Amino acid sequence: MNLSSLNWNSLLPELVIVATSLIVLITAVVGKVSRVDRIARGHALAVVTLIGLLIAAGLTIMQLSQPASDFMGMVQSDALSHYLNLVILLAAALAVLLAWDYLGRFTYSFSEFYSLLLLAVAGMMFLGKSTELITLFVSLEILSISLYILTGFNRHQLASAEASLKYFLLGAFASGFIVYGAALLYGDTGSTWFSDIAANASGGFLTLAGFALLLVGFAFKIAAVPFHMWTPDAYQGAPTPVTAFMSVGTKAAALVALFRVLQSAVSAPYETWAWALAILSLLTMTVGNVAALRQTSIKRLLAYSSIAQAGYMLIGLVAGTVLGLQAMLFYLFAYAFMNIGAFACASLLESDDWSELQDASMANARGLFSRQPLLATALAIFMFSLAGIPPLAGFFGKLYLFDAAIDAGWLWLALVAVINSVISAYYYMRVVVVMFMEAPDESTRVRLPIPDSAILAIVIAVLGALLLGILAGPSFASLGQAVVAWRF
Amino acid sequence: MIFDYAWLILLFPALGLLFNAFFGRRVGHKVAAIVANLAVALSFLMAVALAMGLSALPGDESSVEVLLWPWIHIAGFQVDMALLIDPLSSVMILVVTGIGLLIHIYSATYMKVDDEHQPMDERRYARFFVYMNLFILMMLTLVLANNYVMLYLGWEGVGLASYLLIGFWFYKPSAADAAKKAFLVNRVGDFGMALAIMWMFFLFGKEAGSLSFDAVFAALETASPAVVAALTGVTLLLLLAATGKSAQIPLFVWLPDAMEGPSPVSALIHAATMVTAGVYMLARSHPLLELAPATMTLIAWIGGLTALMAASIAIVQTDLKRILAYSTISQLGYMFLGVGVGAYVASVFHLYTHAFFKALLFLAAGSVMHALHGELNIDLMGGLRKKLPVTYAQFLIGALALAGFPLLSGYWSKDAILLGAFVTSYPLYAIGLFTALLTAFYSLRAVYRAFHGQPRDEHLYDHAHEQPRGMTWPLWALAFGAVFAGLLGLPAIFGKEFGFPVGNLIEGWLKPTFEGLSEPHVAFSTEMALFISSGFVALIGIYLAYARYVKQSGWTLSLQKALSPLQPALENKYWVDEIYFAVIVNPLRALARFFATGAEGVIDGVVNGVGAVTTAAGVGIARLQTGLLSWYALSLFLGVVLLLIYFVFA
Amino acid sequence: MVLDYLPLLILFIIAAGFAAIAIILPTVLGPRNPNKMKQEPIESGMIPFMQAWRRFPVQYYMVAMLFIIFDIEVIFFYPWAVVLGKLKLFGLIEMAIFLGILLIGYFYVWRKGAFEWQ
Repeated sequence: MNLSSLNWNSLLPELVIVATSLIVLITAVVGKVSRVDRIARGHALAVVTLIGLLIAAGLTIMQLSQPASDFMGMVQSDALSHYLNLVILLAAALAVLLAWDYLGRFTYSFSEFYSLLLLAVAGMMFLGKSTELITLFVSLEILSISLYILTGFNRHQLASAEASLKYFLLGAFASGFIVYGAALLYGDTGSTWFSDIAANASGGFLTLAGFALLLVGFAFKIAAVPFHMWTPDAYQGAPTPVTAFMSVGTKAAALVALFRVLQSAVSAPYETWAWALAILSLLTMTVGNVAALRQTSIKRLLAYSSIAQAGYMLIGLVAGTVLGLQAMLFYLFAYAFMNIGAFACASLLESDDWSELQDASMANARGLFSRQPLLATALAIFMFSLAGIPPLAGFFGKLYLFDAAIDAGWLWLALVAVINSVISAYYYMRVVVVMFMEAPDESTRVRLPIPDSAILAIVIAVLGALLLGILAGPSFASLGQAVVAWRF
Repeated sequence: MIFDYAWLILLFPALGLLFNAFFGRRVGHKVAAIVANLAVALSFLMAVALAMGLSALPGDESSVEVLLWPWIHIAGFQVDMALLIDPLSSVMILVVTGIGLLIHIYSATYMKVDDEHQPMDERRYARFFVYMNLFILMMLTLVLANNYVMLYLGWEGVGLASYLLIGFWFYKPSAADAAKKAFLVNRVGDFGMALAIMWMFFLFGKEAGSLSFDAVFAALETASPAVVAALTGVTLLLLLAATGKSAQIPLFVWLPDAMEGPSPVSALIHAATMVTAGVYMLARSHPLLELAPATMTLIAWIGGLTALMAASIAIVQTDLKRILAYSTISQLGYMFLGVGVGAYVASVFHLYTHAFFKALLFLAAGSVMHALHGELNIDLMGGLRKKLPVTYAQFLIGALALAGFPLLSGYWSKDAILLGAFVTSYPLYAIGLFTALLTAFYSLRAVYRAFHGQPRDEHLYDHAHEQPRGMTWPLWALAFGAVFAGLLGLPAIFGKEFGFPVGNLIEGWLKPTFEGLSEPHVAFSTEMALFISSGFVALIGIYLAYARYVKQSGWTLSLQKALSPLQPALENKYWVDEIYFAVIVNPLRALARFFATGAEGVIDGVVNGVGAVTTAAGVGIARLQTGLLSWYALSLFLGVVLLLIYFVFA
Repeated sequence: MVLDYLPLLILFIIAAGFAAIAIILPTVLGPRNPNKMKQEPIESGMIPFMQAWRRFPVQYYMVAMLFIIFDIEVIFFYPWAVVLGKLKLFGLIEMAIFLGILLIGYFYVWRKGAFEWQ
């Protein structure tokens, strides 16, 4: 064994991210900075972070057509992981743009923030590539621990700390199950490599229980019902850029990793796990949508909405076909744009009192159109897209997912999903109605200051949500080619 | 081949809007305006090139489809992003980009000040051009679409642009309300469009495999009687959509209020282009309409009655832009009338001439508004012709063209429609002719009230100033069009009888699109009689206005007195807004209140049942979310147990 | 296959049985004469004077965490040292990377002042 046999190329994007993370971290303790310069330094660090993300994205795009399996088969670098990387890097870049101005209002620990964000990104990217249980577990923990800290990053705020603690304790609980599941699978097959597990599994109690426990861990990260309880509290308590990032990145990485496990490690019959996932998907979208109906806080509403969205995306896994995977990847891109965009708008509606819970309530959005028509229009576009209204990205995402479900014989699930979309339209539209049809209060009449970085993030997200809808055909097809080339 | 580059026509406005969206507020007024104008100018050149390319093709092949990219491909059904370039759409893109360009140029100067006559800040100035370019992009998408789904995309897109632009002075409550009203009323129409498309999908989706115009119209040839019967329903829904977009009865109420937007917007969107989308869509769907004669009749009557009603309202309006708004509704009524009687070419011809003179009128009105610092009430004007000679000349040309003054553009196109009506139905012809009288009267009334006589408000008069140069020459270009555009559509019969070197150019151009449909033809003497009578009617209307407002003849005053019982109805616009409030809005509100206050009984149980169960479930689930960590952990653990049981025993 | 685990099961039963016996036997056999002194919770013979739930200075946690982190890292060295002969240069570089990342963390913690009891 030697260094050159490891094919470092296949992990180059991840390595760039880790290196950037370390560089950003070290700046926290190098040199003295006056109080005045801190914000400027924060911006410089954000730029460094963005550059790192861009380089990684560039490397990923360059590798797009080169599948590679290496590090003794512990990671697999292929179309699936490349597209996942792009989703994660996109989400992270948008989160950095959001944090640009937001962060400086409650902390000076910029290095730590960006460093942890990058570590979480690295964890997610590794998670999507791992084809071996220990790699999988370690990357899962890297991303989780980073996110626990990021969730509680606003230390002046009780809700943030509480969210962080809840997330941490439950997350540790869930990690325990993953380790347990991994141990059972190892006990059953004597290996932690997916391929060996698939080949040697006994199919008995140990195998099934192992998979079930592994699934628990993923379901927790995806925030599938009934493992979702932490989500509303954590999403609401966390600083909004973090919420935006983790609502997309974690789900994406966990979904892709779960897909890999299901396709390459699970030896249980398709019907067994597909039905389990179908029921999870059904519960997830229904509970998420129904609970969102009565929310008065936009941030919490979006938290429930992202639970429901995870339910839709699980449909792609249930189908388990090329079409399903393709649809899920497409939806992930669409979701990244529209969900982060929605959180970005919500972050601008928050009150300015940083010791309070940062909450964009419906009342803050009242009559937004007559105050800031562009912001209101952007938020409306995200809401329409999340609700699945043509010709936006969300509509096509759902269309492809439902089509994949019907194609794979899951007609009932597609029907349930359609009914759920109708339910969800109610609360998404409610936000739009509040913004466009109601008169602003005296208290909400002021114009909100909107930093340029947030404008950039929102514009990118709007363009993404629009273009992915208008160019749905070609982008879906290109995903398809890559996915087909991959494996099936 | 020029058609391979057809996508450029969409790209230019898209680039223009992106540039201004990102950099507009940084680069200053000049650059923002130049970029926006350049985008439309390049689009216009492209439109000209496409039209020339089209004219080079032999007549029976003059329809080109350009595939941009496949859009939706699902289970044997496909919708493409594809452009259809044929005579009809080429006329539309020329009008949209040509008139659009002139209005953009005008706006560059006009929008330098805001509604309160303060210098406009860069941010909003750039935003205006972003919206305008967005509108051009969406309108081009609408008219170039080769299928109903893409048309619908453009349809909603222009609605969005219109909504944003009506509410451009969004801090004014009246503007925000007008935007809201336009949005809601259009929603009714758009809903009709969506339903029509779905219905067509069920009727033709299977065999045709797509909703492109070609495929749908081709499927008509083999359609079963049941499908043909269903077409009446489909076309009625399309008609509903068209009445929303083109402000016809019953959905016309939004257009007068839409005048809250800046004047160039009124000119471009709410006069020359967007509101004609309904006419375009119906003309495009003519193979469907031909199979649904009931709908055709309804279209004709809606058009005729709208024309009459709006013209009569315009007579008593005192707000210059509102007069023009009602006249737009009225002229669109003519176009509907034309479509309804099968005179498609005449309709499109009128659409095209109307674009010139109505844009001219709105822009001239904007110029008056500029001169008077935002004042639009003609009761406060008077005598402006001395102060604003250029604006006066332009407005007069537009008004005469609108009035159907013989040999100006409006005269030819309106006559073509009236001819079509004459062939089909005498009552409709009579309505059309009477409306022409009213049209001539109210347009000249506006001219005389605003520009002749003595100033009624000395202060306003003293401060009036003539339009700046940047606004002048686009107006002259439009005025040129208003005078001469009609020459493209000289009746073919003239060519034959008088030996003109050219015949009806526009009819020849549009022939391939409306192949197989016979344009109305009557004897030469009849046609001449129609021409003379409508010219005569226009002159009577003009004279009436002159007698009433310039000479102030006694008999006109007594005529007015005799007609005064009608006045309340006209001044209150036939109470349509009030009727809508009484019949639709208030009952809905009452219903909402009824449900909101928790009415008991069966209705509540049944209607609200589903919603209540769902929301109650929402409350229940929210209650599960206690915030207690131990409870969360328990839920997680229960999930684990269930999954384990499932996996081990499944 | 499952039979392989039989010794484990036997061990488990014996261990559980032993614990059970150790708990049950005294309660069955031992005499019971409770008095006030006997019922006091005992803290090394001292009478408890405050709640056991109290706040500790956060530095304790800091030090404890750092200790655990670096302690575990050290444990990695043992298996590494055993196979270093086989891994050769590769192993050395791998460990250098590992240590390098650790040192960055160490440097950060140090400069942040986590080692100062303040």
